[in-house]
Amino acid sequence: MAVSRQNALVPALYRVGEVYRELPDTVTLRLVPESGRRPPCAPGQFNMLYAFGVGEIAISISGEAADEGFLHTVREVGAVSTALARLAVGASVGVRGPYGTGWPAAQGADVIFVAGGLGLAPLRPAIRRVLAERRHYGRVAILFGTRHPAEMLYRQELEQWRRRLDVDVSVTVDHADTLWHGNVGVVPALIPRATFDPNNSVALVCGPEVMMRFTVSALREAGVPDERVYLSMERNMKCATGLCGHCQFGPEFICMTGPVMRFDRIASLFSTREA
Amino acid sequence: MSAGANAVIVRETLQGLLEALLAEGYRTLGPTLREDAIVYDDVTHVSELPAGWTDSQEAGHYHLQRREDDAWFGFNVGPHSWKRFLHPPLEPLWGARRNGDGFKITVPAPGPKLAFIGVRACELRAIAIQDRVFLGGRYSDDTYRARRISTFIVAVNCAQASGTCFCVSMGSGPKAAAGFDLSLTELLGADRATFLVEVGSEAGARMLQRIASRPPTEAELAAARAVLDRTAERMGRRLDTTRLRELLREQAEHPRWDGIAERCLACGNCTMVCPTCFCTSVEDHSSLEGTAAERVRAWDSCFTLDFSYLHGGSVRHSTRARYRHWLTHKLSYWIDQFGTGGCVGCGRCITWCPVGIDITEEATALRAPGRAKKQGDAS
Repeated sequence: MAVSRQNALVPALYRVGEVYRELPDTVTLRLVPESGRRPPCAPGQFNMLYAFGVGEIAISISGEAADEGFLHTVREVGAVSTALARLAVGASVGVRGPYGTGWPAAQGADVIFVAGGLGLAPLRPAIRRVLAERRHYGRVAILFGTRHPAEMLYRQELEQWRRRLDVDVSVTVDHADTLWHGNVGVVPALIPRATFDPNNSVALVCGPEVMMRFTVSALREAGVPDERVYLSMERNMKCATGLCGHCQFGPEFICMTGPVMRFDRIASLFSTREA
Repeated sequence: MSAGANAVIVRETLQGLLEALLAEGYRTLGPTLREDAIVYDDVTHVSELPAGWTDSQEAGHYHLQRREDDAWFGFNVGPHSWKRFLHPPLEPLWGARRNGDGFKITVPAPGPKLAFIGVRACELRAIAIQDRVFLGGRYSDDTYRARRISTFIVAVNCAQASGTCFCVSMGSGPKAAAGFDLSLTELLGADRATFLVEVGSEAGARMLQRIASRPPTEAELAAARAVLDRTAERMGRRLDTTRLRELLREQAEHPRWDGIAERCLACGNCTMVCPTCFCTSVEDHSSLEGTAAERVRAWDSCFTLDFSYLHGGSVRHSTRARYRHWLTHKLSYWIDQFGTGGCVGCGRCITWCPVGIDITEEATALRAPGRAKKQGDAS
């Protein structure tokens, strides 16, 4: 082992500044660089997070903590995400990034956010950006679907958004409980009920691929042209720098031309099975 | 002498070149016999070259044979390619050690500079293609770059073609055209064997000055041309590259893919022997007491289920989809990504496929009309 030097495949060291418990299996980590300032990032981008000795995974940036760090929402799914979600304040984490494309700016247009489950995490910075400069946008709709009211990510923030009179927030659940008095069903079903000008709106969509498939159909039916629909795609990812080949989606490397991709550019691949 | 200049060396003088390279600190690598094949490994003396050996190759078939003469480079490419040195099968990327309540990362020191002896034209093209992959994008691979810029390349022009060679179709051979420091054409004269040497770079010219050489005769230049002409005529395979980029994506639902899937074992041999396949995975290890960790990069193959695994399952779960991905990437998407196709016509994937699946045959079969496309299929 020789001198330490920065290269694209070597992580920078960050510390866990804060841990917010979102759900029993999901936390949001605030990660602060050990030295210097964190690099700038755009809503929709992701970082590669490394848990010491366990491994590295791609996690979207779910918020910016001013200059102080990145917010990452992590659900315990595999070995690495479980190790990350169980880190204590002060623990060290390796971070490479930010990588990938961000959500489009969409100023002047109606903006439709469509999120399924944890898909709300990569959309949250874009939602915050739009709401912070609300007057630059037309109508804004946030359509969110989740499995169960008890598994609702960012519930407090959703309730804050919903209290605003300049945003249409609709939430639906697959399975209701006795306290739930909202929508029951899948998120694409909320699209026909939202108000927007299909020819002057931009749809930002993130969720499981099957959910995005039905969302795209519903948006098409509502008259939104494909080139105004953006999806955040996900594939197995190892390097995030276009060198490992894992995240290929047809001719695209999702780490390079994604994760946020304009739908008309991937429509044919999206309808090819096992592409 | 400058690039393009020619000289002749007596064959035994190649030892002088090896010694000059060793004296300059190069690790010299070349073809040698091992495990019933001609592989690339450390070669410090010309006696380690596979003199008098050749190979016969067909789909799913590789066999060493004795030659009637004692040619040093009278064989075709084997299971190894130079990728194993420039882009190693296993490579530690960095190590980390616990340090108080945090950890500290260090990267390994670079190895010795490399000299490759006996690089074929198709392999020069393959190296150029991997250069584009690892160095031509927004992010580049620093360890690849460090190895690559210090590598000295001695090419050898092919004096024969195997049953699975098709470099002529891919425009990559048989003559080493660019990307070498020196190239050799072995001339087996009646009295004594020589190499016609072509200078490819300033570094090559400097190295040539350190060994005994003389200007070539017209007859020697003509003899070298004749060697290459004969090789070009003896290609074992051909591949029509017309509209390949469009063809592969238009034929995403062609019934031929189902036929391939019935034969393909998804073993990944083709990707391991391919000199341009570059996909890797990473493995993270930690010491038992948990104080040290290491990240190792390893060749991966798009033929494994794990390759496209995403929480809950693999994106390409059928063998059909995995073979389609490999071939479509190699011959079509590669052009979008890197400006050229990913196939150099070396034939390794044909030779080393345990069931003899032939890339040239499959690409040709996809030209036949398939069933009508279903609505909504890829265009």
